[in-house]
Amino acid sequence: MIEFRIDPTSGVSPYRQLVHQVRQALLLGLVREGDQLPTVKEVVAKVAINPNTVLKAYRELEFEGLAEGRPGVGTFVTRSLADSSLAAHAALRKDLTGWLARARRAGLDDASIAALFESTFRSGMNEGVA
Amino acid sequence: MTAAIEAVAVGKRYGRTWALRESTLTVPAGAVVGLVGANGAGKSTLLNLAVGLLQPTEGQITVLGGRPGSTADELAKVGFLAQDVPLYGGLTVGEHLRLGARLNPRWDMAAATARIARVGLDPAQRTSGLSGGQRAQLALTVAIGKRPELLILDEPVASLDPLARREFLADLMELAADGLSIVLSSHLLADVERVCDHLIVLAGGRVRLAGDVDDLLATHKVLVGARRDPDRLTADQTVIQQSHTERQSTLLVHTTQPVLDPSWTVSDVGLEDLVLAYMAAPASSAYVAGPTLRRVG
Repeated sequence: MIEFRIDPTSGVSPYRQLVHQVRQALLLGLVREGDQLPTVKEVVAKVAINPNTVLKAYRELEFEGLAEGRPGVGTFVTRSLADSSLAAHAALRKDLTGWLARARRAGLDDASIAALFESTFRSGMNEGVA
Repeated sequence: MTAAIEAVAVGKRYGRTWALRESTLTVPAGAVVGLVGANGAGKSTLLNLAVGLLQPTEGQITVLGGRPGSTADELAKVGFLAQDVPLYGGLTVGEHLRLGARLNPRWDMAAATARIARVGLDPAQRTSGLSGGQRAQLALTVAIGKRPELLILDEPVASLDPLARREFLADLMELAADGLSIVLSSHLLADVERVCDHLIVLAGGRVRLAGDVDDLLATHKVLVGARRDPDRLTADQTVIQQSHTERQSTLLVHTTQPVLDPSWTVSDVGLEDLVLAYMAAPASSAYVAGPTLRRVG
């Protein structure tokens, strides 16, 4: 089952953080169709956030067609996002790990690596590559 | 549904000094409300009025449909945790629970005993030897052992270390999930953002901002653009805060409409910036969102 965390320094509202974490887990195949999301009470007891925040995040996931609330039972994931591309993840991760090692050997720190990735990702998007 | 707290033009005067003036606000049932403001802004006065420990000098305050503290039934519906966490130093943890059982008609001894065990308190220990976090946990147990419908906490986490604070807030949120209405005052805006769905900002004894947190964040925008006179904004935009350099103007505005002027760069505002802006803004720009939207001042 997914375990939520809240980063108070991110500037992103807690409810958006929850939605993002579910989507991320779906993309990485960590959560699959049919899996139950933690109950509102479990989430608030774990991360100390307002229960309405959790309800709002779950409503948003329902609106996006990613989850479904079953009255008296809980909220369940209704769709996987990872299916076909998931098989390629392992190889891509290995490439990326190698690339990261090369970047560090070249003397890049974390901030430079993130900046380089982001700017490459953006220019790739503009050229229609990524 | 009856509102948890309904205040209409409430004021409280100590001698010749007004601690609170013309305060009008509504706290819906089931809300978790963060009450913020500088020291001396009137937070404790407002909370003490809601509990019935103080009587208003002017105006009216209604709590769960009745006058605060006026009857035994009214007293039983409200739990209060005062700023100094009052406990009887000569009594043990267990004796505090028995005292709670004697004094409160709806006392839930099973839940209170279970809670004491869960937070790791020894019923045989005297409260004079407890740490700040343990004292807060015992006081919270007594406050919720009476099974209130509204829980009022005056700076409950100020004396707690980060871990104890997190556990305390998690406990509160479990209670909120069960439908308990909660009002808590705090200087820790990160905590308020995390646990509260409603916000009240007090400054100089007046309500400067009140409403649902999401609504407040959605109806305030930061506008950055070439320097200009803020008087030339559209009618629905109210300037809360402005700063100007030679070339640039930065405004925090309240508006219910999208900002269409393309010469502004528009961004969302964070809770902390919003609170600070209203604490510093003149009383005339106070904004109180109620069940019916209305502008005060």
